[in-house]
Amino acid sequence: MNAITMAEGVRAGELSATTLAQESLEAIRARNDELNVFLHIDEDGAMAAAARVDDAVARGADPGRLAGVPIALKDNLCQVGVPTTCSSRILEGWRPPYSATVVDRLLGAGAVPMGKTNLDEFAMGSSTETSAFGPTRNPLDPTRVPGGSSGGSAAAVAAAMTPLALGSDTGGSIRQPAALCGIVGVKPTYGLVSRYGLIAFASSLDQIGPFAANVADAALLLEVIAGHDPMDSTSLPEPSPNLVSHLDDGVAGQRIGLVRELIDGADAEIVDAVERAAAVLAAAGATIVELSIPELRLGLSAYYLIAPAEASSNLARYDGVRYGLRVDADDVAAMNEATRTAGFGAEVKRRIMLGTYALSAGYYDAYYGQALKVRTQMRDAFRRAYEDVDLLLGATTPSVAFTFGSKTNDPMAMYLSDVFTIPTNLAGEAALSVPFGRGEADLPIGVQLLGPGRSEARLFAAATVLEDAERGS
Amino acid sequence: MTLPAGWEMVVGLEVHTELRTATKMFCGCANAFGAEANTNVCPVCLGLPGSLPVLNKQAVSMAMAIGMALHATIAPSTFHRKNYFYPDMPKDFQISQYDLPINSGGYLDLPDGSRVSIERAHLEEDTGKSTHLGVSGRIHGAERSLVDYNRSGVPLVEIVSGPDIRSAAQARLYASELRAVLIATGASDGRMEEGSMRIDANVSVRRSGDPFGTRCEIKNLNSLRSLHRAIEFEAERQVALIEGGGVVRQETRHWDETVGATSTMRVKEEAEDYRYFREPDLVDLAPDADWQRSVAESLGPMPAERRAAMVALLGQASDAQRDAIDVVIDLGLERYVHATAAAGGDVAIAVARVANELAAAGDVSKLMEDAFVATVAMESRGQLSATQSKAVLADLLATGGDPVAVAAAKGFEQLSDDSLGDIVATLIAAHPDEWARFCAGDDKLAQFFIGLVMRETRGRANGKAVIAELHARR
Amino acid sequence: MSGLTRTEVAHVAKLARLRLSDEELDLFTVQLARILDHAADMQSLDLADVIATAHPYDLINVVREDVVRPSLARDAVLAAAPDAEDGCFAVPRIMGEAP
Repeated sequence: MNAITMAEGVRAGELSATTLAQESLEAIRARNDELNVFLHIDEDGAMAAAARVDDAVARGADPGRLAGVPIALKDNLCQVGVPTTCSSRILEGWRPPYSATVVDRLLGAGAVPMGKTNLDEFAMGSSTETSAFGPTRNPLDPTRVPGGSSGGSAAAVAAAMTPLALGSDTGGSIRQPAALCGIVGVKPTYGLVSRYGLIAFASSLDQIGPFAANVADAALLLEVIAGHDPMDSTSLPEPSPNLVSHLDDGVAGQRIGLVRELIDGADAEIVDAVERAAAVLAAAGATIVELSIPELRLGLSAYYLIAPAEASSNLARYDGVRYGLRVDADDVAAMNEATRTAGFGAEVKRRIMLGTYALSAGYYDAYYGQALKVRTQMRDAFRRAYEDVDLLLGATTPSVAFTFGSKTNDPMAMYLSDVFTIPTNLAGEAALSVPFGRGEADLPIGVQLLGPGRSEARLFAAATVLEDAERGS
Repeated sequence: MTLPAGWEMVVGLEVHTELRTATKMFCGCANAFGAEANTNVCPVCLGLPGSLPVLNKQAVSMAMAIGMALHATIAPSTFHRKNYFYPDMPKDFQISQYDLPINSGGYLDLPDGSRVSIERAHLEEDTGKSTHLGVSGRIHGAERSLVDYNRSGVPLVEIVSGPDIRSAAQARLYASELRAVLIATGASDGRMEEGSMRIDANVSVRRSGDPFGTRCEIKNLNSLRSLHRAIEFEAERQVALIEGGGVVRQETRHWDETVGATSTMRVKEEAEDYRYFREPDLVDLAPDADWQRSVAESLGPMPAERRAAMVALLGQASDAQRDAIDVVIDLGLERYVHATAAAGGDVAIAVARVANELAAAGDVSKLMEDAFVATVAMESRGQLSATQSKAVLADLLATGGDPVAVAAAKGFEQLSDDSLGDIVATLIAAHPDEWARFCAGDDKLAQFFIGLVMRETRGRANGKAVIAELHARR
Repeated sequence: MSGLTRTEVAHVAKLARLRLSDEELDLFTVQLARILDHAADMQSLDLADVIATAHPYDLINVVREDVVRPSLARDAVLAAAPDAEDGCFAVPRIMGEAP
C-alpha cells in the first residue's frame, strides 16, 4: 500500500495507525537480520506515535497529512531519546536531547517513525560498507550493495518495511541508493529542507530528502518536511512548495536537455535507459535537446576537496569530552586522539585527513580555494544551461547495484560511483532519481532528472511521466 | 620605569569584550555571568551533532555601535571557522570573522591627546571555562579539569589596535579609555574582574628609528594594573635580551601576576594551523543603511565629550574630580549632575555624591533627580552636613522619598548659629594650647576643632560653619 | 603528481588528532596522493578571476531576535557525558592553555 492511500485510510477512520505500525514492525523483523536495514527499531516510540494518531482520529481532530504512515529515518537524523549513531562507534549509545526539525514536522503530520536506518559512517560512502555496524544488503539481491550512504533508508522502502524513508544527500546519497534499490529518491534544492538536527557531513552540500516507492508519495513527504525553519540560517525563506497538486502537469512544451557528461562512462544498459526515458518525455510533448556541460567533469575533483574540508571541521567535535565514546588517556589531547583513533573508521579518517590537508597552511589556495572557484563555474554552467532548457536528464549511476567488496579497496573507484550526482550538490540545485527500466540480473536502473533551484514541482511532474510509462510497459 | 636611552617599545592591544546581549551569539540561551555550571546550555552552544547557529541581531547591532564609536568603517562581512582542539570549545572550532570583519579602520583619541589607530573590531564567540582540580588550582599540576559551557557562545567583539602605543602608561590609558567607550555604547559592562573585558598585548622593542622588532604576545592580562606591569616587564626583558646579545623569539607569553613576570607559553614554530574557512552554516552579513542608521541614532555622546561637558560645569577640575567624573560617566549617572547644574546647584558636591554614594549603591532607580538636587542644595546651604547629606542619600537610594522629610525624620535639624557659637566657645576654653597655635596661624588645627564640634554635636554641625565660627573668633 | 609525503600525512594526522600506525601512514599516503592527483585537472585551470562560492545561495543577514529560549536540563546534558563531576564535564588534565 502506498503512503497516500494509507494516510487517507487512517484519516477516514478506515485504517488503524496502530495496525499499520504493527505490520511495519513485522515486515522489519522478517528481514532485518538478513538485510541489516535498521540499526535501531523504535517499537515503543512507533506504537506511541501510532496510538496518538488513532486517538486524534477518534476525537475527530486532524491527524495530519501523513497520518499513520510508517517511516524510516536515516541514523544521522536526531530524534529526542532515540539512539543516534551515524553508523559510527564514536557516537554509539548517544541519545540526542533534541529532535531534528524534519522529525518534528513528521510527527506533527502524523507520520510514525519506526526507527533508525544504517548508513555509511557519517554518510561517507556509496554502499553502506563503511558502516561500523556492518553493511546493509540490497533487498532485490542480497549479494549486492543497496548503494549509499542512505542505503538503509532505501532498503527499508525497497523491502516494503516502510512506505517512506528519509535520507540525506551530500553528493548523491539519496539518488544513488534509490537508483540501486529501484525506488524514487529526491535531493531537494539546498535550503528547501531544514538541516537542523541532521548530523553534518559537509554543511554546504548536505540536504535531507525523501525516499518512496512512487513519485506521488515522495512529493507528499517532501511537502511535509520542506519550508523555512528559523533554526537553520541557510534555510530558504519561503514556505513549503505545492508539489502534489502539480504531479499531473506533464512535460508538454518543456525543453529537456540530455546531458552528454551525465551519461558518458555509464554502462550501455544505463545509457540505453536514459535514451528511452528521453523518448518517453519527447512523446509526452517535451523537446529533447542534446547538450554538453564540460564543467561537470570537474565536479568529482571539487567535491572530494570541499566535502572532506567541511567534514574535517564538522567532525572535530567528536573528541570524547561531551558525548559518545571516550578512550581514556593521561591528558586531554591524548584522550582526544585515542578516542578519535578508536572511534572513526578508515573512510572517515581518510576524509578527515584529506580535508585537513586541503585547508592547511600552504595548500588552501591550491586545493580548497581552487575547488570553491570550480564550484562557481559549475553553478554558472548549470545556470546557463537552464536559460535554454527547463530540466536536464541523465543517468543517476554508472551501473546497477554492484557486489560487496568490489570497490572497497580503491577509494577512487568508489568515489566515481557518484560522478553523475555530485554536480547538483555543488550547484545547490534539485534532482531526483526515478526507476526506469532494468539492467543486468534484472536489477533496477534509475534515471536522473535535474532542475534549477526551486524546480521541484517541475521535476516531480516529469518523473510522473516516466513512472506512468514504466507502469504501462 | 623607562627603557634605557635610545630604546622604544612598540605595543598593540587586542581587547576582547563580551557583549551585553540577553542571549548568546548563536542560540537563545541566556548570556549571564555567575549562573550554576552548565545550566545556560543547549544543543547549539554545546555543539551537539546536528545543531546549527543562528546569529543574534542584537550582537550585530552592538558590534556596529562599537565600530561607530571607534570611527570604523562598517562593511559587508563573513564568518569563518578557526579550527583547533580545546576542551572548552565544544565544536572544536570557534566561529569568528577573518578576512572580512564587520568593522575595519578607525581610531581612539586618548585623554592625553594621543591617537591610537584601530585595525579592526570583529565579532566572534566566547569559549566555555575550565576549572583545574589538583594541588594548585592552576593548569599546571592539575590532575583533572572540569568544564562549564555557560560562557560558550557568548558574543564577543575583538578590538585590534594598530602598533601605535609607545609606553605602558599609554597602553593603560588606551585600555581605560576604550573601556569607557565600550560602556558608553551600552555594548559592554567593562567588568575586567568578571572577564567581560580581556586584553592581550603585542610587545616589541627597537632602537629609535629602527624597523619594528620581533613581537611577543602576552596573554592573561585581566586588570589595567596587570597590563601596565606586564608590558613594562616584557619590554625590559626584550631590551636586556638584545643588549646581552640575544634574539627575541616570536612567541606567546603568559603573565603571572603573583610572580610579576612573563614566561613562554608557546613559540611560533608550535603555532597552530587554524585552517580558517568560511562557516558554511552562516550566511553573509551586510547590514543595510536603515539598520546602521538605527544603531547610530541610539548612540549617545562618547566619554571624551561627556567628560568635557562635566569639566565645563565645574569650571576647572582637580585630579580627584577628574577621577570622580570618570566614575560618573562609567556608570552613566550624569543626569544627576546635569539636573543639579540646571537648578543652579553646587556641581562639585553633586559630582562627589554621585561618584561615591550613588556609585556604591549600584541601583539608583528609587532616587529621583529632583530629590538629589534638593539634597545637594541643602548640603551646599549648610542645612545638612556632608555626613548628614550622605545619610539622607542612603535613605533615598534605598526607599525613595523627599529629602526634607527624610532629614526631619532623622533629626537632622541644623544647629542654629547661636548654639554652634556657644559650643565653639566652650571647646576653645577647654583647649587653650591648641587655640593659641591656631591663632598663631597653624590652620591645620581647624580640623582638630571641627572634629571636637562634630563629636559634641554627633555630626549635626556643618564643617564650613565651624570654620567660619573659628575664624570669626581668631 | 601531488608529491604528498609521508611526513605531511603524519603532520596532518597530528592536526586532526588521529594516530596512524606505520601501515596506515603508508596506505593513506598512497591513497590521498591518488585523490589529490585526480584534482590535478582542476588545478591546471586558470581561475584567477573567478569568485569562490562557499554558499549555493546568496542569502544575507539571517538573524534572530535577542530573546531568551529555554536551555536544556543539566541532568539531560550531563547524562551523555563520558565523565562528569560537580555539574561539569570532567576531562583528564589539560596540557597548555588555549591559543
